[in-house]
Amino acid sequence: MNRRDFVGLAGLGAGALLLPNFPSLAGELVDPARLLEPGLDIAQKKRLADVALNAAKSAGASYADVRIQRTLNQGIFTREKQVQNIGSTETMGVGIRVIANGTWGFAATNQMTDAGIAKAAQQAVAIAKANSKVQKEPVQLAPQRGYGDVSWKTPIQQNALEVPIKQKVDLLLNANAVALDNGASFVNSALFQINEQKYFASTDGSYIDQDVHRIYPNFGVTVVDRASGKFRSRQSLSQPMGLGYEYLTPKAADKIAGPAGSDVIGYKNSYDILEDAARAAKQTKQKLTCKSVIPGKYDLVLDPGHLGLTIHESVGHPLELDRVLGYEANYAGTSFATLEWKAKNLPYGSKQVNIVADKLQPGSLGAVGYDDEGVKCKEWDLIKEGKLVNYEKIRDQAHIVGQKESDGCCYSQSWQDVQFQRMPNVSLRPGTAKMSVDDLVKGVDKGIYIAGNGSFSIDQQRYNFQFGGQVFYAIEKGKITEMLEDVAYQANTQEFWGACAGSCDASDYRLFGAFNDGKGQPSQSSAVSHGSATTRFNGVNVINTARKIG
Amino acid sequence: MAILSQTEAQDILKKVISFSTADECEANMQGSLQGNVRSARNSISTAGATDNVSLAVTSYFGKRSGTATCNQFDEATLRRCVQRAEEIARLAPESPEYMPLLGPQTYPASPQSYAASTAGITPDYRATQMATSMQYCDSKKLTSAGFLNDSTSFVAKRNSKGLEAYQRLTNLDFSITVRTPDGQGSGYASTDFTDISKFDAARLTRTAADKAASSVGARAIEPGKYTVILEPNALLSNSDASLLGALMRSFDARSADEGRSFLSKKGGGNRKGEKMFDERVTIYSDPTNPEIPDLTFSGDGRPQQRTTWIEKGVVKNLYSSRYWAQKTGIPSLPGPGGFIMEGGTQSTADLIKSTKKGILVTRLWYIRPVDPQTLLYTGLTRDGTFYIENGAIKFPVKNFRFNESPIIMLNNLEAIGRPVRLSGNLVPPLKIRDFTFTSLSDAV
Repeated sequence: MNRRDFVGLAGLGAGALLLPNFPSLAGELVDPARLLEPGLDIAQKKRLADVALNAAKSAGASYADVRIQRTLNQGIFTREKQVQNIGSTETMGVGIRVIANGTWGFAATNQMTDAGIAKAAQQAVAIAKANSKVQKEPVQLAPQRGYGDVSWKTPIQQNALEVPIKQKVDLLLNANAVALDNGASFVNSALFQINEQKYFASTDGSYIDQDVHRIYPNFGVTVVDRASGKFRSRQSLSQPMGLGYEYLTPKAADKIAGPAGSDVIGYKNSYDILEDAARAAKQTKQKLTCKSVIPGKYDLVLDPGHLGLTIHESVGHPLELDRVLGYEANYAGTSFATLEWKAKNLPYGSKQVNIVADKLQPGSLGAVGYDDEGVKCKEWDLIKEGKLVNYEKIRDQAHIVGQKESDGCCYSQSWQDVQFQRMPNVSLRPGTAKMSVDDLVKGVDKGIYIAGNGSFSIDQQRYNFQFGGQVFYAIEKGKITEMLEDVAYQANTQEFWGACAGSCDASDYRLFGAFNDGKGQPSQSSAVSHGSATTRFNGVNVINTARKIG
Repeated sequence: MAILSQTEAQDILKKVISFSTADECEANMQGSLQGNVRSARNSISTAGATDNVSLAVTSYFGKRSGTATCNQFDEATLRRCVQRAEEIARLAPESPEYMPLLGPQTYPASPQSYAASTAGITPDYRATQMATSMQYCDSKKLTSAGFLNDSTSFVAKRNSKGLEAYQRLTNLDFSITVRTPDGQGSGYASTDFTDISKFDAARLTRTAADKAASSVGARAIEPGKYTVILEPNALLSNSDASLLGALMRSFDARSADEGRSFLSKKGGGNRKGEKMFDERVTIYSDPTNPEIPDLTFSGDGRPQQRTTWIEKGVVKNLYSSRYWAQKTGIPSLPGPGGFIMEGGTQSTADLIKSTKKGILVTRLWYIRPVDPQTLLYTGLTRDGTFYIENGAIKFPVKNFRFNESPIIMLNNLEAIGRPVRLSGNLVPPLKIRDFTFTSLSDAV
């Protein structure tokens, strides 16, 4: 525990403590009506950006970029029949990054005056010059043309921040009531809404205005059996999405059933929180009495709402070029997929494994028009037929792998943090042959179907991982037979992807969302999606996680 | 601007309270100056600085409350901020868990949580410290990645019932990972200080470099149950979940009373007063400890007193919200900032000497909960794992994945070493028998 924990314990209280994977709300608490007020107009932002760029150049910068960012957050937290907290926050300021004497420098301020911004630009240059004394190689940026004045907006239908708070509170309390009616002892629910209003300008001649939206409804249900002292929980099967409030208007076409006998429904571009709350309570009750798994080798059939996290950890992270090169060695770690490893042309997975990176998919968390160093976003292959073909890069890394352009993977969580290389959306392409989830299960003799993401852990070079889930069902002779508990699987990345035996077709394809991916020092959070269809992996090692304490 | 004196901060807060027309009003102010430098591949990678001060006003009408904030402190802005908080409060739903604000409190005498030496850090100081570290690694043909972060901050509180608090803090964190050029060896060390006059980047870098060089050529040994010596960095982290951190975060009375914690009692209630750990385990918190001076008040204004959480293996206290304490009639204790695990006088080297067969673990990593019922966690060893035989390190071993509960771990205690400061806590190295490793990892 440290002082950052103090903030967590004393701040948002139970909401933040019970949902440790969710970000706390960054910024200053404000009146919710403030979230509907416009920020600075574009002309003002452009003028302030030029103040920063000119001050940086005058102080000796050879390159400078400036991000004027306003981030609006709203979090609504409830438990059972009561609202625990409603927080609306706003944070606005300017982050200035420069190269001086071939070295990066960065400074940020919330003093939005010409003098305040110029001072921050001069401070960034001073930091760059101080560090240049111990710098060995000058920064090399991949060439980037300026785009002039351009803009981009997440294609949402309804801005969640414009929906009255009462309507959102009522929806969460209704979900809680449904869970309690169906046997939950406790239920917590929450709704996060984020709007990043980002203005980027650089000495390359870009002035980019973007309006980015994300939403994440979720809940956790717990059932306690006082007599035995046992308790079990199940989290919602919703996903954080790059969508507006339309995500919370359920549509039948977006509901994808799991295999027959599993009682699992996954969701595409809209989510039925009431239906999921009822199902969660019933499944949690079942978890108290269902069979504990017998450890051993099983064929795993993984729902997209589960597999997305495995893709994130075992493909998304090891192919970040900063990890590969050692820039994250002191925190997030390095990667087994080094340049030397890639040169050997060894298989990353079976021929069924085709993995693509993008920052374009509609509804995804990673979709933007331009990244945080002014590079237009695109799609590119990472793994083709099981072979590694490319990495995830930004401008100052491209030359290291002999490439001439960035992939547009630069991101900062706020105006006050320096931008650096982050994961784009990384997705497994669905199977090309027609295949339903029942067809996929039909071929499995002894297996486990897993939906929802649970416990997750992977080593610092991304070899050995262990994943849990939310619900587990035994598969015997091609059919779901019963619910299981205490399941986790352990595997090695290359063996696991080598055991990939195929995916359902595109009709089963869905996005998983990682809402709070941590990396960097000081640590920053980013949000990214991972698409896949339900996929089979043969002969994976499953352990039993039940223990006894005195 | 960022660091206001007690008088400057309280003068602003007094004005805020005087503008209030609500039943109750509280105002909190905090500010910080932070700077950092990061290195990788024996070169500076990024560096930055931030400066932020903010004020939050919370107004109460009966059981309704509203909060507003601002970062300008002229009279007109302060008035607007109070008005906005009152407007939000009037529209808010009543909280069934409302508690009246606390009156004047007596806090422990302010510890030396602020050091002028740390507050005076410059970009040149950071660059020089990092350069010292990188130059050592260059000279040994090793590759380093490090991070130095310093902060100077203040927190001030005041409310309409007469509560008043103020404290300044400084802190410096430094961590370093050193790797061999062939990627076959890796070592880690970290430290943190209130007063940087004790900071020695070179000494810490040498520790990480020695671990890196000696971890080359790791042999694979079968996973299973082993006696382990867990160094402090294997027990606590400021950048990841941790076994001792997870244990201390679980001492919440409400979760225990509700039946959803390892501290819940079969049939109802909680396990306060029960012996759940080895009798040598005593853990307490004390913000006035000179080694880890911390805030003497909590976020809601309660004093942070010396509090014993586990005494000789017995659960002595659980923390809770003020609401839950009143509802259940237990002492109203806030969650701790840092904690202190009592230990002995033995160093890690002494613990190794007394070990017939075992494994020395420098650090655990990517630690995540598996089962809250038993507080089972999984994660991996990292940055220096060694086989011990007959009181000496014999050879480096490949990293393991573990699945273990800190409750089981603190029942399988063999020995406790001398505590050291880590992320604002005092943590000793521990020797544990039957620690469960479930698979091998190829990661270095």
